[in-house]
Amino acid sequence: MNHSRKIRVLAAKPGLDGHDRGIKVVASALMDAGMEVIYTGLRQTPRQIVESAIQEDVDVIAMSILSGAHDYLFPRVMELLREKGANDILVLGGGIIPEEDIPALKEAGIAEVFGPGTSTQDIVEYIHGRVQNPQA
Amino acid sequence: MAIKEDLRLLAEKVEGWNRSVEKKLEKNPERQKEFVNNSGVPIKRLYTPADLDDIDYLEDLGFPGTFPFTRGVQPTMYRGRHWTMRQYAGFASAEESNRRYRFLLEQGQTGLSVAFDLPTQIGYDSDDEMAMGEVGKVGVAIDSLRDMETLFREIPLDQVSTSMTINAPAAILLAMYIAVAEQQGVPSEKLRGTIQNDILKEYSSRGTYIFPPKPSMRIITDIFAYCAKKVPQWNTISISGYHIREAGSTAVQEVAFTLANGIAYVEAALQAGMDVDGFGPRLSFFFNAHLDFLEEIAKYRAARRIWARIMKDRFKAKDPRSMMIRFHTQTAGCTLTAQQPMNNIVRVAFQALAAVLGGTQSLHTNSMDEALALPSEQAVQIALRTQQLIAYESGVCDTVDPLGGAYYLEALTREIEERAESYIRRIDEMGGAAAAIEKGFIQREIQESAYKFQREIERKERVVVGVNRFQVKEEKPRNLLRVDPAVRASQLEKIRKLKSERNSAGVADCLAALKKAASGTDNLMVPILDAVKCYATLGEICDVLRDVFGEYKQVNTFAR
Repeated sequence: MNHSRKIRVLAAKPGLDGHDRGIKVVASALMDAGMEVIYTGLRQTPRQIVESAIQEDVDVIAMSILSGAHDYLFPRVMELLREKGANDILVLGGGIIPEEDIPALKEAGIAEVFGPGTSTQDIVEYIHGRVQNPQA
Repeated sequence: MAIKEDLRLLAEKVEGWNRSVEKKLEKNPERQKEFVNNSGVPIKRLYTPADLDDIDYLEDLGFPGTFPFTRGVQPTMYRGRHWTMRQYAGFASAEESNRRYRFLLEQGQTGLSVAFDLPTQIGYDSDDEMAMGEVGKVGVAIDSLRDMETLFREIPLDQVSTSMTINAPAAILLAMYIAVAEQQGVPSEKLRGTIQNDILKEYSSRGTYIFPPKPSMRIITDIFAYCAKKVPQWNTISISGYHIREAGSTAVQEVAFTLANGIAYVEAALQAGMDVDGFGPRLSFFFNAHLDFLEEIAKYRAARRIWARIMKDRFKAKDPRSMMIRFHTQTAGCTLTAQQPMNNIVRVAFQALAAVLGGTQSLHTNSMDEALALPSEQAVQIALRTQQLIAYESGVCDTVDPLGGAYYLEALTREIEERAESYIRRIDEMGGAAAAIEKGFIQREIQESAYKFQREIERKERVVVGVNRFQVKEEKPRNLLRVDPAVRASQLEKIRKLKSERNSAGVADCLAALKKAASGTDNLMVPILDAVKCYATLGEICDVLRDVFGEYKQVNTFAR
């Protein structure tokens, strides 16, 4: 597979949750796999995430949340992306997200949720599989 | 204590023994070519008295309750009294959390530990836009003194000690606690408990900061000074390594970064004009209990010895209580697995035992379902029983520091001590902990340890039972705790009611007085207490302080 440029990923921490070990580990793994990763830092509102994603022209948004606030924040991000017409960004979630919440998140547009115990290589492969044509 | 001559001879014999074993390794290989622990310490095949030849029993180990406190901070330790069994708890509303606290006390826990939700920890009321989706999720929502009154209903504050995991707004929650006690007729001099109040680790590892470092340190030292006079039995800070370890650090880094933060707090208090023995005895600490059983025990002992020497030699403390690390421990949340959650009961048991053998004063054991949700009642009961089983059935409490003198343990204690001290020197050279955090040094060290750990797991160099080995096809977990989403609406209604019933003019006056004090140098505890008693909300009080102090912007150390 020949990409015209590196896959660009926005690694984001929505809401007030301060646990950033996971997102930093994932970001490091994605970078080691040849992707360009922009890490937003903590305390991002859905609006800030969407604005950064568009500004940075990313192919993927990877959001990590452990506080249980995914039920509000993830769909809100999807809503704002749709509002801005950014419908081709692949949006992934991770952290502590109860299995029973996943169908609703997928319905809202989250492509996949990677929970505790996930291998970073699975995330790398998933992104490579889904992002066929990083926007040139 | 063996004579040097004998030890040298012994060392030669050990070398000879190792050589003979190594000859047979081709036929009977060891599981790895090298054994190195997670902190990078090489682990020998065998430890003997020869490894301890430069350890002086009286200088380096001594007696429990005596400098350098390696063997424990009380002479009788658990022969006198077990550690406090203190389960961190709280979720949703004050009513529900109060119910859980009374359940835990009935089940035999001996101290309270309050978990607040993220909006509360970050100084936002439940109706703030920043609180959307977060209310009551990771702890109890406290918007005003009224919620605090509900939280401690039927809990006599002169009889229980309470630890509150609160940092940036610690002064406010402490003021609320004092106010509730007053309503119960309990004077502040009688109150026992702890506030975490450790902002430096928030900046580097936990994330619930509000204000920048200088004003945050001012609030902390104001709390030290106020409590020294008015709440003398209160632990004014819980200098924490737990979160640093959870963020991915090694045991050596946990000790080093925690004690470096401790040094920064002591320096701040001294600079604020306090006498080291005026606040020293009320500093407390909080460590992690992680997987490597023996390394953890060595870690606590090393930490005690290092801190004792820092307080005595560097800060010239005279009161032995200033030199002691009294600490709370929590078993490592980051080691819990979502897969085969019952295995977590066993992990927690080993970790809790390490904390006890390491001499902890207080202990929280995680519940088996905590990789998935906040603890269910059944799961937290098992977690509490784990402590009770150790205390009452295992026999380890009947002598002090039972593993003291074990060759491996003492050698490892010293290794950790040396490596941690080396880090502390580096941090000193950078200008101290706050400077090291501004430079991103602490965060990068932690992040690199975390990534290394994950790579080891993915390469199967590190086994996580049930996750990368010994997996099974699992059923969906059941009976997990869920926070009722109605809690936000309920908090909003409480806020609305409060604001309609309280004396608005009084609140405005209190907030104005607070603003004035914050802009000057007066001790902030006094105007905060007034504001809290007028039923100003947590958010209103923090907004005043944000106005005066500004908000912290976190260093993004991620750009590689």
